[in-house]
Amino acid sequence: MSVFIDGETRLVVQGITGRDGSFHSRQMIAYGTKVVAGVTPGKGGQVFDGVVPVFDTVADAVRETRANTSVIYVPAAVAASAIFEAADAGLRLIVCITEGIPVLDMTRVLPYVQERGARLIGPNCPGLISPARSKVGIIPGNICQPGRTGVVSRSGTLTYEIVHQLSTHGFGQSTCIGIGGDPLIGTNFIHCLSAFQADAETDAVVMIGEIGGTDEQQAADYVRQAVTKPVVGFIAGQTAPPGRRMGHAGAIISGSSGTAAEKMAAFARAGIAVMKRPADVVPLLRERL
Amino acid sequence: MNLHEYQARDILRRQGIPVPPGDVAETPEQARAIAERLGGGVVVKAQVHAGGRGKAGGVKLARNPAEAAAHAAAILGMTIKGLTVRKVLVAPAAEIASESYVGILVDRASQRPVLMVSAAGGIDIEEVAAQAPERIHRLAVDPRYGLLRHQALGLGLKLYRDVGQARAAADIMQRLYAAVYAVGASLAEINPLATTPAGAVTALDAKVVIDDNELERHPEIAALRDSGGEAPSEVAAREAGLTFIKLEGSVGCCVNGAGLAMATMDLVKFYGGEPANFLDIGGSSNPQKVVDALKIITADPGVRAILFNIFGGITRCDDVANGIVQATRQFPLRVPLVIRLTGTNEALAVQILTQAGFSALTDMDEAVQRAVAQARTA
Repeated sequence: MSVFIDGETRLVVQGITGRDGSFHSRQMIAYGTKVVAGVTPGKGGQVFDGVVPVFDTVADAVRETRANTSVIYVPAAVAASAIFEAADAGLRLIVCITEGIPVLDMTRVLPYVQERGARLIGPNCPGLISPARSKVGIIPGNICQPGRTGVVSRSGTLTYEIVHQLSTHGFGQSTCIGIGGDPLIGTNFIHCLSAFQADAETDAVVMIGEIGGTDEQQAADYVRQAVTKPVVGFIAGQTAPPGRRMGHAGAIISGSSGTAAEKMAAFARAGIAVMKRPADVVPLLRERL
Repeated sequence: MNLHEYQARDILRRQGIPVPPGDVAETPEQARAIAERLGGGVVVKAQVHAGGRGKAGGVKLARNPAEAAAHAAAILGMTIKGLTVRKVLVAPAAEIASESYVGILVDRASQRPVLMVSAAGGIDIEEVAAQAPERIHRLAVDPRYGLLRHQALGLGLKLYRDVGQARAAADIMQRLYAAVYAVGASLAEINPLATTPAGAVTALDAKVVIDDNELERHPEIAALRDSGGEAPSEVAAREAGLTFIKLEGSVGCCVNGAGLAMATMDLVKFYGGEPANFLDIGGSSNPQKVVDALKIITADPGVRAILFNIFGGITRCDDVANGIVQATRQFPLRVPLVIRLTGTNEALAVQILTQAGFSALTDMDEAVQRAVAQARTA
């Protein structure tokens, strides 16, 4: 078992012929992901690298290849449209790597996706990987090892840093999920914690948060109520300067709750082992397991 | 991107929201001319990207055009929270019967645009929110239908007993909501939404913040950017496609990815140092970005050591190494450089750096400790 993706994942790549899309499609294929289709409007009928059929629309790709998951590498200006299209085609899991999508676009995308029963991961995220089974996105496969630790993170390269520490010290991963750093995202910490709690092949969870918003505090409440597996947490941004606030409304809506200190305190209150630095992850996991 | 009050007023006015007349001046003479045209008393307001302008002396009442010119002369060139005032808004000195607050922003928790209104508007609205949160009324809007008429009226009635005034406020809220989507704002607020002694409802002061991700499709809004109020290093970084925030410490940081950049700064502090900046070179591989980044960091006289922390994924370590070598050929580095890189094409990067006389580390903690020590002895 793993979370959200596994050996049954049949992937369609939106933007497969683009610069990023083609590079990462090759990486995913080399890792063993079943990349069954690509989509680039106007390039339907081509075959990517001699192996992956390209279609004009996601609906065509799903009908012809039984794809069940999409990953999106298209430019920001058309990324919201790509998510709408993937949801309309009936895909259950949509992973959007693209960064720079306007937040107002996301206010319209999220209810649309939810009403169609799909799960969106991202946007502005590195995607996810279930080591030795499947990789959807851009997390480097070579730093991961199969194992029993779940990883969920708002960050990209910081996740790699911590996963690297885990792998080199014998803590393989069941699944690593990068949920993305944008204000509005499709899948949050709680969704991932709930999936890891239910996953028989996950023994412990590493949770990597950042300053801004209150997702980490809500996740901490959830851990206290519903997670029996050990959780180790990190918050990046302890030394970040107090934010350039967005007028009065920003202060009214968030108060002081977005700071690293506030989030680390919430973690500690919920019984989460709090890392002071990335290198603490292995000793804390050993202590809790 | 922050807009000035006079730019925010223009956006509201174009959306049909009642905004008092007024214009922006860059010289005392222009301020005098605007005051003459308006007639009567005016208010002269500093246009600068900082809150608390009034408390800093950047807002002054003038009884006549000569006083308006004198106040403009005093305010233009003054410094508010480190920013120099280059423009003033001259507007009629309105008599105010009441002050309310109306704001819209996208709320992370509900994932919707949220309207916030309060009858206790004015400069102390944040205190009201902290001390008496029950006096702030909120409504999450379904973005597919927008702010509906009855919803807006419901909020208007929280502000005014008079149904005519409540209707006027509701109309303003619906137009403000439309403005948010029309210009790609992440925040729009009217504070105060004022009533005149005659009972008219009008937007006396406005603040609009644009989502940077919207600028590409709103070139007319992007053109409103005023870089005068920003640190020159931050302007240079933005033009080079880098995310940079200047801090006060001595360890210059150059990192790929915002999360790792913050974690690196935290680790500098953990080992007793102070970061000189936040700098994210982004995900894409490009040696020129590294050259630009080094140029910006070395321009800061407070920097005593520079730390590279690269975890290669999309970013290729060899691109970063090439950038470092190119930069040192173009300009001298006057401070020690500590390089940590690991991940994609790491071996190639180490080879490039070694040939150029640099050494590279692979462990983040070791690199940070070394950079902190070098910043201290330099």
